[in-house]
Amino acid sequence: MVWVVIAAYNEEANIAKVVSSLLSFGYKNVIVVDDGSRDNTFKEAENSGAIVLIHSINRGQGAALQTGVEHALEQGADIIVTFDADGQHRIEDIKAVVAPIKEGSADVVFGSRFLGHSKVPLLRRLLLFGSIFVVWVFYRVRMTDAHNGFRAFSRKAAIGLNILSDRMGHASEIVDWVKKNNLRFVEVPVVVKYSHSRKGHGSYAQALKVLFDMLWRKLFQ
Amino acid sequence: MIKVVQIVAVLFALFAFSRAFLRWKDKEVSLGEFLFWSVTWIILILLSLFPEYTFLLSARIGIQRGVDIFVYGGITLLFYLVFRMYVRFEKMEQALTKVVRGLAKRK
Repeated sequence: MVWVVIAAYNEEANIAKVVSSLLSFGYKNVIVVDDGSRDNTFKEAENSGAIVLIHSINRGQGAALQTGVEHALEQGADIIVTFDADGQHRIEDIKAVVAPIKEGSADVVFGSRFLGHSKVPLLRRLLLFGSIFVVWVFYRVRMTDAHNGFRAFSRKAAIGLNILSDRMGHASEIVDWVKKNNLRFVEVPVVVKYSHSRKGHGSYAQALKVLFDMLWRKLFQ
Repeated sequence: MIKVVQIVAVLFALFAFSRAFLRWKDKEVSLGEFLFWSVTWIILILLSLFPEYTFLLSARIGIQRGVDIFVYGGITLLFYLVFRMYVRFEKMEQALTKVVRGLAKRK
């Protein structure tokens, strides 16, 4: 059984649409972790039919995903897909993302917008190439897209997942974790839709913070 | 002749020392931490009153001006304290996340 985990922070505008399309595509098990939103994310998600967990205060995307993954495991999930709350991922792509796990050829699957046909804005492209480079330098893992929220985990892999970077640093932490545990991973092309309404993702200050977190973990943990 | 800066330094050290003592009395810091701060502030007082002695130490470890040893020592100490604070802060963040997660799942 496939479970979809969504971390949502102030996503009242998009969450209902994302959840109901997931359900209409036949993904019946959708967990939304409302990460201390100040808007109606919780109500919107619950009314559209998702299982909603609430972080009473905002702890960041990494923390919310870990909460959702743990809950999915407790509910008996075989495959866990993480999906963004803002509607930037296509539900049609889930099939391809979970396929390698269903076939038993991978433990973890990363969606890659650069293998697919996404129109990535130039500045974002540069930032993402930076992150790909850093992931390669730090972890010796060659990826085409290191910071995509679209991923799938086998149950076996997810049990070992323990995201400690509460905030955006979790993306590279997951890569590190895959490498350290010798998990089989594969990248699958996905399309990321960019809309102008996306807020606050991947600013340069955030990128610096992520870099610092990575350095910190590398040195002291 | 005692300079103003020496008086200020001594007064500040006495003040900081009294804070450390009160924290220890209220059991907010451990005996070890209190001793660490006591030694730090007592050294500051002694060196403020007898700055000529800083030269003995600084010359021995290769620093020209006696007073510089204060600056170097101070910066090193600050770095160390910030580092410790960061470690503690990270631990606290992770503990907080654990609590929030526990509450989220217990519905």
